[in-house]
Amino acid sequence: MKLSGAEIVVESLIQEGVKFVFGYPGAVITDIYDCLEKRPVRHVLVRHEQGAVHMADGYARASGQVGVCLVTSGPGATNTVTGIASAYMDSIPIVVFTGQVPTELIGNDAFQEVDIVGITRPCTKHNYLVKRVEDLARVIKEAFYLARSGRPGPILVDLPKDVLKAQTEFKYPKKVELKSYRPTYNAHPGQIEKAAALLQKARKPVIYAGGGALASRCSPEIRTLAEALSIPVTSTLMGLGCFPGTHPLSLGMLGMHGTYWANMAVGHCDVLIAVGARFDDRVTGNVERFAPEARIIHIDIDPTSIRKSVNVEVPIVGDCKDALTKLNQRIQQWAAQDWSKMRQPWLETIREWQTSHPLTYRQEGEEIKPQFVVEKIYEVTRGQAIITTEVGQNQMWAAQFYKFDRPHSFITSGGLGVMGYGFPAAIGAQIACPERMVIDIAGDGSIQMNIQEMATAVANNVPVKIAILNNGYLGMVRQVQELFYGKRYAQTALSGNPDFVKLAEAYGAVGLRASRPEEVVPVIKKALSIPRTVIMDFVVCAEECVSPMVPAGAAMTEMLLVS
Amino acid sequence: MTMENNLNQKHTLSVLVDNEPGVLSRVTGLFSGRGFNIESLCVAETMDPQVSRITLVTRGSEQIVEQITKQLNKLINVIKVIDFTGTEFVEREMALIKVRAEASTRAEILRTVDIFRCKVVDVSLQDYTIEVTGTAGKIEALLTLLSHLGIKEIARTGAIALGRSKKEGPLKREGVKE
Repeated sequence: MKLSGAEIVVESLIQEGVKFVFGYPGAVITDIYDCLEKRPVRHVLVRHEQGAVHMADGYARASGQVGVCLVTSGPGATNTVTGIASAYMDSIPIVVFTGQVPTELIGNDAFQEVDIVGITRPCTKHNYLVKRVEDLARVIKEAFYLARSGRPGPILVDLPKDVLKAQTEFKYPKKVELKSYRPTYNAHPGQIEKAAALLQKARKPVIYAGGGALASRCSPEIRTLAEALSIPVTSTLMGLGCFPGTHPLSLGMLGMHGTYWANMAVGHCDVLIAVGARFDDRVTGNVERFAPEARIIHIDIDPTSIRKSVNVEVPIVGDCKDALTKLNQRIQQWAAQDWSKMRQPWLETIREWQTSHPLTYRQEGEEIKPQFVVEKIYEVTRGQAIITTEVGQNQMWAAQFYKFDRPHSFITSGGLGVMGYGFPAAIGAQIACPERMVIDIAGDGSIQMNIQEMATAVANNVPVKIAILNNGYLGMVRQVQELFYGKRYAQTALSGNPDFVKLAEAYGAVGLRASRPEEVVPVIKKALSIPRTVIMDFVVCAEECVSPMVPAGAAMTEMLLVS
Repeated sequence: MTMENNLNQKHTLSVLVDNEPGVLSRVTGLFSGRGFNIESLCVAETMDPQVSRITLVTRGSEQIVEQITKQLNKLINVIKVIDFTGTEFVEREMALIKVRAEASTRAEILRTVDIFRCKVVDVSLQDYTIEVTGTAGKIEALLTLLSHLGIKEIARTGAIALGRSKKEGPLKREGVKE
């Protein structure tokens, strides 16, 4: 039987096991919407296409499945670009379907035409313009395969209207044949041997785990390695949760706003084991002075991540899970040794750094400290919530003061740093995990960047909670202005903020406010008891800084402690 | 542990790619987006019409060229990347040179053409158009010699290159992934 292109798209989604599509209709993709309505794929109607991509991204991170997004041509397509770029930086598997004008009009400056394949070439793992309906099923098969395999990433498929109308026999391919794409999953045994040799001699090792550890689902293997040899573990922002935050060997986050002791440990370690991390500038600081004493083992599935900014002694290309499994097997063959005893001096040194420079803030007086809010959210949820964040101070405080014991529980736009990411991502995560608490820790600036998705949350009965740390500023920039620009707060004070409680109510959601420290816990508890979308407006201290902080150009061991 | 960036060596890369629209743009976009430099670039189909060969000359430290090679390999449409640097290979460029040819200089131009084993491919009362192939050095040398006679226009390709075959072994077929 022949199917139209639009039907092929929908049937292919079903073949891929897609349960949710986040999207927004438009003229050239009406055919797909017409088919979608009749089939068992649930469509979540957003209010802005950027929201759709972030939802697909949040859905992908929480569920481990490929997130899917469907938008129209022109502005519908360009509105997805920020979300695609964010997913690309964070290696999140999503497939974005965009409508396109009919093939004969392409290049003609037709109404709502844009060269979205050209625009997204540098920020997708791969993208396609489908010109013949006969290619459609194969392209969709490839798109899903590429999105989830190797180093995951976003794939865009551009669908001209005439291709959606044209008909052909539908046969969904069983497998993908791409002669030029063969990710390396199996770590080379010779490299494992070298890594093991380094580890055996290491006196002051540190494991540095990134987002790739979550993508590879190798939390158990990291834990095995860490516990076997008593190696402390630090995570990047993207890697939080891959190793339990409450574990005695956990150092918390490293980097620009990481813990003092994590950065000191990396700055003084003799062997650094990087797992699915890419030595990003926010982690290394001044790269010339990063981990100066360390011999580095770097495990990554993407060869381009290795030796991109930092020289490594033992590169291991492969799936982190495979590499660590092999490494752990190798270590088991060693003669028995009391590693925890041998590690005592190193762990003791780290403990001293931790005691001398703890993560701290002072909750005193009538004003609520933003860190206090995050800490209370952690306590009330007993660390069991999925936390999404916006970008800025809210993101850093969430990373510092919420201890993530479970993987895939911290969802943040790490690489691109998209304000407006957290709320739609929370909606996607909540749809993926209806049984879990999902809380977006937001700022009053960021939340307004995709506030329109309140309608999406309410209309779809998505009971996400939004905790706004409302300081009336674009806080992270204000902090930089306070410390380095003589307190000249150019354009960072947000006047004209809405009343967030009334705003929530206007959308048909629930709005709660806490203005005094003693109101914080009751507001959190009340919000969590309401099975609806809730905005919690925490009126917090206006000029609180994220501390510690590594100034631009400094080494990671030269942290500023901002009080 | 930082990367050494002092070397700035020339590298000739041969990139086999899917012969599809947009592939060249992916390759050049990668260079511009990541701040790598392209000195010259030549593209044409191989014996397999589904595969094109891009010959690309770039400069950079060992670490930069390693990144370039890896980043190229990461593109889905790239089948194979060969860095000829440090291997035995044949490299050629071609130029068309329109040179002013007056009665007094015509003979000298023809002698030069002869010495450089190039060809005159178009003649008029005012000028000769010369076709030359060779290494970049040879073309530079010819241009220097002709420049004082008055070069009107030139069109020049980038380098193309192939690895030298092992003399005893069979020839490798183009476009076959190893």
